[in-house]
Amino acid sequence: MNFLRVKLVDATLAALLTALLSIPILGTHIISEPGYIGLEWDGWKVFIAVALVFSVRLFQEQLRPLARVTHLMPDMAPALRFTQNRRLVMMLLLFVALIWPFFSSRGNVDIATLALIYIMMGLGLNIVVGFAGLLDLGYVAFYAVGAYSYALLSQYFGVSFWLALPLSGLFAASFGFILGFPVLRLRGDYLAIVTLGFGEIIRLVLNNWDSLTGGPDGIGSIAKPTLFGLEFSRQAGAGGIPFHEFMGIEYSGMYKVIFLYLLALALVVFALFVINRLIRMPVGRAWEALREDEIACRSLGLNPTNIKLSAFTLGATFAGFAGCFFAARQGFINPESFTFIESAIVLAIVVLGGMGSQVGVILAAIAMTVLPEIAREFDQFRMLIFGGVMVLMMIWRPEGLLPTKRPVMEMPHG
Amino acid sequence: MDKLLEVSDLSMQFGGLRAVDQVAFEVGSKQIVAVIGPNGAGKTTLFNCISGFYSPTGGRVEMAGEEITGRPSHKIARKGLVRTFQNIRLFKSMTVIENLMVAQHTRVNSRLLSGLFKSRNYRRREQEALERAHYWLERVGLLEFANREAGNLAYGQQRRLEIARCMVLEPKLLLLDEPAAGLNPKETSELDQLILGLREENNLSILLIEHDMKLVMGISDHIVVLDQGMPIAAGTPDEIRSNERVIKAYLGES
Repeated sequence: MNFLRVKLVDATLAALLTALLSIPILGTHIISEPGYIGLEWDGWKVFIAVALVFSVRLFQEQLRPLARVTHLMPDMAPALRFTQNRRLVMMLLLFVALIWPFFSSRGNVDIATLALIYIMMGLGLNIVVGFAGLLDLGYVAFYAVGAYSYALLSQYFGVSFWLALPLSGLFAASFGFILGFPVLRLRGDYLAIVTLGFGEIIRLVLNNWDSLTGGPDGIGSIAKPTLFGLEFSRQAGAGGIPFHEFMGIEYSGMYKVIFLYLLALALVVFALFVINRLIRMPVGRAWEALREDEIACRSLGLNPTNIKLSAFTLGATFAGFAGCFFAARQGFINPESFTFIESAIVLAIVVLGGMGSQVGVILAAIAMTVLPEIAREFDQFRMLIFGGVMVLMMIWRPEGLLPTKRPVMEMPHG
Repeated sequence: MDKLLEVSDLSMQFGGLRAVDQVAFEVGSKQIVAVIGPNGAGKTTLFNCISGFYSPTGGRVEMAGEEITGRPSHKIARKGLVRTFQNIRLFKSMTVIENLMVAQHTRVNSRLLSGLFKSRNYRRREQEALERAHYWLERVGLLEFANREAGNLAYGQQRRLEIARCMVLEPKLLLLDEPAAGLNPKETSELDQLILGLREENNLSILLIEHDMKLVMGISDHIVVLDQGMPIAAGTPDEIRSNERVIKAYLGES
C-alpha cells in the first residue's frame, strides 16, 4: 500500500532525526575519574527516544483522538469566570499567599519570592507584548536598569530601598521612553531585532563601564530593604535597630526571607491593581486596538506613536520595580543576571500564560520558576522539557493557558 | 452653501504612475458627493490622500477653510474628517462596544492619573462615551450584539458597526469607501436610509466611493467620475447618467 509506505518512510526519517539529535545528548555519558576523562556509550535512552518518535509518528492518526481529550480540557479556573466569585477567590488566594510562608521552609519561600519577581516582569511585559502587540526581546534591559539604579544609588549616595524603588521605576521608564522614540516606527520582526540589540547593549555597557558599575565584578553589599527603618540583620548598622530586638524576639534568618517575600507580594499586588485599572482605561483599550489594527486607529484620531510609547514606558516601569527589588534581595548584582535568556523566559511566561491574560501570566510565571526547582534532578534536561512544553502548548492551547476574556460592559438604560 | 471640503488639483504620483491626476471637487455642508469610476481609477488613492494616509504629490485639500494637505491621518481625523475602509477594518477581537469606546479615545479623559484614581471627570466622560456608543448601536441596530466580538458579526453588521464607530466621533465629514460592497439588496436599501438619516439628523456631509449605481444615483447630490486617475465628468446624477464619456468608460451601454 502506497499510503502505508509514505507513513513508514516519514516515521523512519523522524526516527533518524531523533537518533541524530539524541545520541550526543542522551547516548553518551561523561566519565571523569582521577586522571581520566572519557565518554561512555549508553544506548538504551537513545533507543527509547527513537522507538517513541517512530511509533508516535507512525500511529499519529490513531493517537489523535486521544489528544483531543486535552483539547476539551475544562477551564483552568471556572470559579474565576464570575465576577462575584472572582473577588472572593482572589481574596482567598491572597490570604493563603500571605499566610503560608510562616509555615514553610526557607528554600520554598525563596523560590516563591523569585516567582513573584517573574510575575512582576511577566505582568509588565504583558502590557507591551500581550496588549499592545509589540514584540520586545530586550525586556531584560529595563530590569537591569532598575537593578543598577538601586545598586548605584545605594553605593554612591546611600539612597534607601524605599526611595530607590520609585526612582528605579522612573529610570527604567525613561529608558523605555528614550528607546521607544526611535524604534517604535518599526514593526514586528524589525522591532524585535532592535529591542534584542538594545538588551545586549545595556548588558555590554554594564559589563564594560568598569569605573561606574564595577564591570563583570558587579556591585556588592547593596543595602537590604528595611521595614520602617527596622533592619533584618543580626546586628544593625550604625544607628539602626534590628527587627528582632524591636519586637523582642529571638533572631532568625527566616524573618528576612519572609519579609522579602511579603514585600515582593505587595509589589505584585500593586502591579496587578495598577495594570488592571490601566487595561480598562482608555489607554488600555487603545493598546489593544493598536494590536488589532494600526491603520484603523489612525483613522479614528488615535496617535499610534503616543500609544506605543505609553505601553513601552509603562511596561518598562514594572521591570524597573522588579529590578530594584531583585538588587535589594540579592545584595549583589552583576551583568550576568541580565542576559538574553531572562528576556526569553519572561516572554515565554507571557506567551504561555495566554497573551493579555493576567491570571494566565501569574500561573505561567509560577510554572516557569517553581517547576525547574522541583525537577532539580532533571536539571540537564531543563531546556529540553522547556522546549517540549512550548511545542505542546502551541499544539493544544495556542491561545495560552488562560486566554483573555473580554470584559462585558453594562449598557446604560436610555 | 458653505464649502466643507475643497479639493483642488490633487495629484498623487507613484513612480511613473499618476494614480490621481489633477482632481478637483467640493463637498458642501449636508451634501452627499459620490466618486465613481472603474476599478483602478484611483478612487481609494484619492481617499487616502484626503484622509492623510498618503501625502499627495500635488494640489491642496482644505477642510472648512483650513489646509490639511499631507497632515498625519490622526490629526485630520480629529478635525472631523473620518473614514471607513473598503476592506472593513474593525478591531476584530474586541467587542462591539469596545470598538466604539476606542473610537472615542480623543473625547474621553485619557490621562493616566485620572483613570488610575477614577476621578469624577474621568467617570463622567466614560459614562458619556458609553451613552453615545449606546445611542449609535441602537441607531445601526446592533444593540443586542454590544458585548459580542466584532469579528463574529455578519458582514453587513460589520459594515454598519464601522459606520457607527466613525459616528461616535461626531464628524463633520464622513468618507465611505464602498459601503455597500458585499451587501445584499435589502441591506443596501437599509444603508441607503442610514446614510440619508445621517445627513438629515446629524448634519453630516458624506463623500462616498461606490459601485452600486442604484445607491449612488439615489442619494448623491453630486457625482465625480474618475478614469485612470483623471476626472472625466462631474455633475448631478442625471447629468452623469447621460454623459457620453462616462457611459463609455464606466457605466456601459444599456
